[in-house]
Amino acid sequence: MLLARTADNLFWLARYVERAENTARILDAAARLSSLPAGYGGSSNEWTSAVAATGGLDRFRELYGDDESHQAVIDFLAFSPDNPASIRTCIEVARSNARAVRTALTAEMWDSINSAWLELRQFRSEGMTRPRLNELLSFVKEASLRFDGSAYRTMLRNDAYYFTRLGSFLERADATARILDVKYHVLLPEGEPVGGSLDYFQWSSILRSVSALTAYHWVYRQNLRPWLVADLLILRREMPRSLAGCSENLTRFLDEIARDYGQQGPSQRIARATFARLQNADVDAVFAEGLHEFLLSIIAENNRLGAAIADQYLT
Amino acid sequence: MATPFDEMTIAGHDCRPAYDLVKAWLENHDMETLRHRSQEAELLFRRIGITFAVYGQAEAEERIIPFDVVPRVLTMGEWQRLSQGLTQRVRALNAFLADIYGPANIIKAGIVPADLIYQNPYFRPEMIGVKVPRSIYVPISGIDIVRVDAETFYVLEDNARTPSGVSYMLENREVMMRLFPDLFSEHRIAPVENYPDELLLTLQSLAPESAPGEPTVVLLTPGQYNSAYYEHTFLADRLGVELVEGRDLFVRDSIVYMRTTQGPKRVDVIYRRLDDEFLDPLVFRPDSALGVPGLMAAYRAGNVTLANAVGTGVADDKAIYTYMPEIVRFYLGEEPILKNVPTWRCREPEALAYVLDHLPELVVKEVSGSGGYGMLVGPAADSETIEAFRAKLKAKPEDFIAQPTLALSTCPTFVGNGVAPRHVDLRPFVLSGSDQVRIVPGGLTRVAMREGSLVVNSSQGGGTKDTWVLDDPTPADSPPGTPSSTAEVTTMEHQVSDQARSQSQSQSQS
Repeated sequence: MLLARTADNLFWLARYVERAENTARILDAAARLSSLPAGYGGSSNEWTSAVAATGGLDRFRELYGDDESHQAVIDFLAFSPDNPASIRTCIEVARSNARAVRTALTAEMWDSINSAWLELRQFRSEGMTRPRLNELLSFVKEASLRFDGSAYRTMLRNDAYYFTRLGSFLERADATARILDVKYHVLLPEGEPVGGSLDYFQWSSILRSVSALTAYHWVYRQNLRPWLVADLLILRREMPRSLAGCSENLTRFLDEIARDYGQQGPSQRIARATFARLQNADVDAVFAEGLHEFLLSIIAENNRLGAAIADQYLT
Repeated sequence: MATPFDEMTIAGHDCRPAYDLVKAWLENHDMETLRHRSQEAELLFRRIGITFAVYGQAEAEERIIPFDVVPRVLTMGEWQRLSQGLTQRVRALNAFLADIYGPANIIKAGIVPADLIYQNPYFRPEMIGVKVPRSIYVPISGIDIVRVDAETFYVLEDNARTPSGVSYMLENREVMMRLFPDLFSEHRIAPVENYPDELLLTLQSLAPESAPGEPTVVLLTPGQYNSAYYEHTFLADRLGVELVEGRDLFVRDSIVYMRTTQGPKRVDVIYRRLDDEFLDPLVFRPDSALGVPGLMAAYRAGNVTLANAVGTGVADDKAIYTYMPEIVRFYLGEEPILKNVPTWRCREPEALAYVLDHLPELVVKEVSGSGGYGMLVGPAADSETIEAFRAKLKAKPEDFIAQPTLALSTCPTFVGNGVAPRHVDLRPFVLSGSDQVRIVPGGLTRVAMREGSLVVNSSQGGGTKDTWVLDDPTPADSPPGTPSSTAEVTTMEHQVSDQARSQSQSQSQS
């Protein structure tokens, strides 16, 4: 048994740490892509497309108007207190959640999030250079790994752990689906030219933004193919950031909670349904249904799952 | 002004037996080692996250209270006397509160004036006739003690609302044991680490009779922006109880529940670190978002225990403080073991006359004043100020009390370039359960880190020390009659400046 507020804080703590990492990865991919010559698929709108991948395009335009410069995007995604998905906001909210549930955290988890919060203050938006941006992004990725690792290594396997994990996987699933959706057009079959592809770097960028480029080669042992990128990130359970992988974990941890509490509920049913759908799909069927529509429906199901978890446990 | 009593030395020369080992230890360590250990201690505190101060926005600063590595030592003999006195005092406090919210015998007997009770800002009429479980109003108290010579301890203040600082007592010990394991193997130092267990036993012993089975205890905090939030998390953790905020609790049919991932769970005992006026917006401040609507109804119905009870602030008020010796005699029929700082109540004509004659050497406080407001510090005041105050005093003598300026004892303290005496006080924590009074041997020693300063408050740069009660057969202390207050002094700085004396009066605001 946990205080509902404690479970809620743990859930959101994990979500925000994960979100900080996702924002960092998206920013990283955009920075790489934008530095390529146009002939290799680079283009100036990579930066705004990064903003779109975090779901913050409206907010961005509101705050920066017509400014689509990389400085504006970096400021928005890394530092803006007005962007709920900016790295700074995420780390601050995560730390505040952590402070509110100090007793439910292990010392290592607290230390990881508290040090991240302290260290982040050394980074400033003004005068941000590429090397400095790289430092920031790898710092955020490491902080998230450290948090994840310390949760995995030090927490008791009880409901507190399960709610923490639910937060991570729900956020991860959401991020993967959004990244794919923003780029879905380059994965479509008609976008595939014969021979050397302009989109090659776009595909590798998608993979990179979910840390899956190496995994791709291990799984498929061939050059990048858009439908295989989609297959990997949507349907492959062995891929830790794939929709199926996240969904499997969500189902598993919700089942653990239900077993502990001796009661199943709506969130278990929704999670199982989504997982079954992902298990039964194949990539051809997904494309036939329409990749965009498919992704939107998965995003909607995840939202429904989040609401069900909140309703069932967190209030 | 007399030389302050130093707890390590007798008249600045010989070592008092309690400190033999500390003295030897200090002589065996060079300043570099001490400095190094002090830095290590600070790192440990930072790592543990013991911070205080108000949390504002993202850039809010988190400070730690300076920790002094030189321990403060009491002999078992000294402690036993203190402990008896504390037990007696807290029994009297509980009896007094049960009386004033009940039959009010002490008022009828003419011992404490009615207006001091009924017009006291901390008096809660809502509590009249409420049956408090086992009549224990103050399960947790912190009694501030100062020492002025080898024999004399004074109670400076009774904290009967929500005393804080016990986490420092516990963490200071843990840090000392980590930094100086040898000291602990050479000394037999009475442990304090069982405090959380004693606290839990105390709280459980006060559960309402209607509580089903094993009582559920929670700690109610105002939240993470409270300056003592760290302590709340620390205690909840050590107690193994949920740390709740007001919004985690709700009341249905006069029973308190907390919201959990498995639905509502009944709560029986609330160790609340939230002030009276925020507890229940239906009864006290309606704008309180920190409390629980309906909590007082559940409390009155006897379905939940609040620790401490509501309305205990009357007992730690300055005006009531002056009556504590009479209160002890009235309820217990015993002579008080612990003395009050001698206090003149200006409402009494004889006392007033004395005070008016001796203004330049006294400290005069407004009874309802707080934060040092409306206070005269005679030794630091010029004659103009004194005369102005004299007029105020004559106009409304009942609003004032007066005390002599105290010379707090000093303890050797590491001050960066050496070890020098600094003024200290002591806050032991007293637990009153339905079965017994429990006090772990020790408490929180606060130390004024600045030379000559009598201000031990953390907000004023005061620090803390580990407090040892030596569990050895009591070594003979200085024989009676040792001229500790008149002896010539010494190699170490000791004079209390007038300015420092003027600050001494804020030491009681914790």
